[in-house]
Amino acid sequence: MRLTPSTDAIRLAIPALSLTVLLAAVFWLQPRAMSYIGLNLLFNLAVPIALATIAQMLIMSVNDLDLAMGTFVSFVACVTATFLRDDPLVGVLILAGSVAVYAMLGVVIHLRGLPSIVVSLGMSFVWAGLAVLLLPAPGGQAPEWIRSLMTMKPPLAPMAIVASILIAIVAHLIVMRSSLGVLIRGIGGNQRSVERAGWSVLAARAAAYGLAGVFAVLAGIALVGLTTSADANIALRYTLLSIAGVILGGGEFIGGRVSPIGAVIGALTLTLAGSFLSFLRIWPDWQIGAQGAILIIVLALRLLLNRLEYREKRR
Amino acid sequence: MTGRMSKAIIEVADAKVSFGAVRALDGVTLAIGPGECVGLVGHNGAGKSTIVSVINGGLTPQQGSISGDGEALARYGINAARARGIRCVFQELSLCPNLTVVENTRILHRQLGGFGWRRRAKQVIERSLDAIFPGHGIESDRTVGDLSIAERQMVEIAMAFSDAGIAPRLIILDEPTSSLDASLAEQMLAHVRRFVASGGSVILISHILHEILATASRIVVMKDGRIVAERPADAWSEHGLVEAMGSVVKGEAHQRTLRDLANAPVAMALTGRGLPLQAKRGEIVGLAGLAGHGQTRMLMKLHAASTADWLPRRDPAVTFVAGDRRLNGVFELWSVLKNFSIASLHDLAARGVVDAEAEAERAGEWKRRIDIRTPDMANRMLSLSGGNQQKVLFARSLATRAPVVLMDDPMRGVDVGTKQEVYEIIRQEAQRGRTFVWYSTEMEEVCLCDRVYVFREGEIVAELAGDAVSEENILAASFKGEAAA
Repeated sequence: MRLTPSTDAIRLAIPALSLTVLLAAVFWLQPRAMSYIGLNLLFNLAVPIALATIAQMLIMSVNDLDLAMGTFVSFVACVTATFLRDDPLVGVLILAGSVAVYAMLGVVIHLRGLPSIVVSLGMSFVWAGLAVLLLPAPGGQAPEWIRSLMTMKPPLAPMAIVASILIAIVAHLIVMRSSLGVLIRGIGGNQRSVERAGWSVLAARAAAYGLAGVFAVLAGIALVGLTTSADANIALRYTLLSIAGVILGGGEFIGGRVSPIGAVIGALTLTLAGSFLSFLRIWPDWQIGAQGAILIIVLALRLLLNRLEYREKRR
Repeated sequence: MTGRMSKAIIEVADAKVSFGAVRALDGVTLAIGPGECVGLVGHNGAGKSTIVSVINGGLTPQQGSISGDGEALARYGINAARARGIRCVFQELSLCPNLTVVENTRILHRQLGGFGWRRRAKQVIERSLDAIFPGHGIESDRTVGDLSIAERQMVEIAMAFSDAGIAPRLIILDEPTSSLDASLAEQMLAHVRRFVASGGSVILISHILHEILATASRIVVMKDGRIVAERPADAWSEHGLVEAMGSVVKGEAHQRTLRDLANAPVAMALTGRGLPLQAKRGEIVGLAGLAGHGQTRMLMKLHAASTADWLPRRDPAVTFVAGDRRLNGVFELWSVLKNFSIASLHDLAARGVVDAEAEAERAGEWKRRIDIRTPDMANRMLSLSGGNQQKVLFARSLATRAPVVLMDDPMRGVDVGTKQEVYEIIRQEAQRGRTFVWYSTEMEEVCLCDRVYVFREGEIVAELAGDAVSEENILAASFKGEAAA
């Protein structure tokens, strides 16, 4: 009956398209990247970014924003490279505690009606301080199990791809298919209507923050698995990367419109953009600017498609 | 008497609620028995929405008691109300626009959870939609934000009547037909009658009095936070209701006076699909037809045609009164004053700085002129009732110097008294040479216009002027396709 694809499908088409175009460009510039090892190298660092993007997306789906993502992932990386290796029990306790802190932040933000950016900006200094206390100088060592997990060589596709797909599926099941996910997105869409139906918005927001904490912890652990050691500033750029990844993947800042699959694709696109520019031999000074330009092009594309879709709807 | 009371699904006794200095409910006693449809009418700020909030558990009265099925309910809240089968359709659409119809059903029915809830939710909502609006054509996997406003309201109504474990016993419908066209409204009211006949109860709030008269079994009139009259529906007449509400009597007395505008200069013209549209200086042009047949798009086109894309004009050519207040009319966090003055800041500013005194003075003038009911214009916009918010939006547009006013069904959910006041203002402004292009879903309003364009399927299919503007002619033009087929 309905021939036009749903809004969500169109939203997902743009990030998928931009990833494909970038990937094609990279292969064209450097055909040797088109191999098992090449792909793994290209997307290796995308795994922790994808996890952090999912974490950010959970927070954005309740109309909040987490500016502490980068420092929190750095903190987790420091814990992983020290406690989790030397004294796993204490390490696990610390990480579980930090997830609980995340859930608590959700509670505080909801109860006091605080702006999440202010709270998370404040928390970013707390996490950064803790990370420096743990590792004043770069060092530590990744636990053996995570090292071997991240460097595993599954058949067919490299680990980076397998992990990304896995992350996308799990996040999709949680956020798009489960009741909790519906509830969390419902808060982003219309908090009053969720309240009127008799749900506890407080609990749901705490759950969203807690889940975000879990994904951010996984991001930190995965990152150390790749880098083998940690540093208090290791993931500072994740804050903005994760936000860009969500937006790139078809998400919105407000209104609970998010897409986990899109977010993972967004994270992959961002990672790839860096490699693409290196292959183009762009002067390092210009790389950040060029990366921004890629972002703008993709977002402009989305705006264009949104407009087409809107016209379609009014016809 | 006591026998009937003890069986009441819900009974509110002597409820008092005040918001700051405003006394919203001043000792209201209301009992709803099974199998009755109670019509609730009243002026803006009469306390209808407040009593509804008390009944659905969203608001605890500062004084008074609530009892249900004969037992006093000490801890009454949203969950207690829902557990008793009390549901509500709110005046402002209240679904989550980012979720699908099925997911919204899941949000509403807490007990639907568990594996396979999507399938169950789909069944629940589709069964209800099919029962109320046969042939609705709404697919339940669509995102609510993609639906039209009428479809959204249909979903919302179906949602309230849907049964997923806890059967609905009392349904509160607050302006349920405001976005529906006549045939959909009739389908809904027919379902209300069926529901009541099978033992359910309904509280119906509507400003369309004949709907209430035809559907309700008992009608309660509220005024200033009190119940002022309560009688069986057949003891009321339209006239009697309006009188009891204490607002101006409407009807044929306010029929427009014919004016000769043949020689007036054309203020605005647009040729699109169908007949061309033209509005003369000082004319009130109505856009009619069934809801959602391209009227709003025409207004948008008219607006786009006479506004610049990049820089604002020094002298605004058109101004717009939005219909969907929540979506594109009201700045929720701003004061009434700021909401009012935003469109005319250009006139109130000297060298880029807003003259606060002139702003307050002009706001005071309009507050008097159209009677915005607030003690202080510095109060927050949301402290006003819906109708008063709409008045502020009117004042915002009328206070500009724009010669043309575009109106997108602005009277949605506004009470009769306010409407009469606004009609009067529109007439005065038109006399002074302002042009109005007015899309309305209410026949009575369309009949106030000098000229009416009837829309069907996105194009203008009829132009009616002078004496030809009548309900029969408009209906005939709106339904022509179906009749000819």
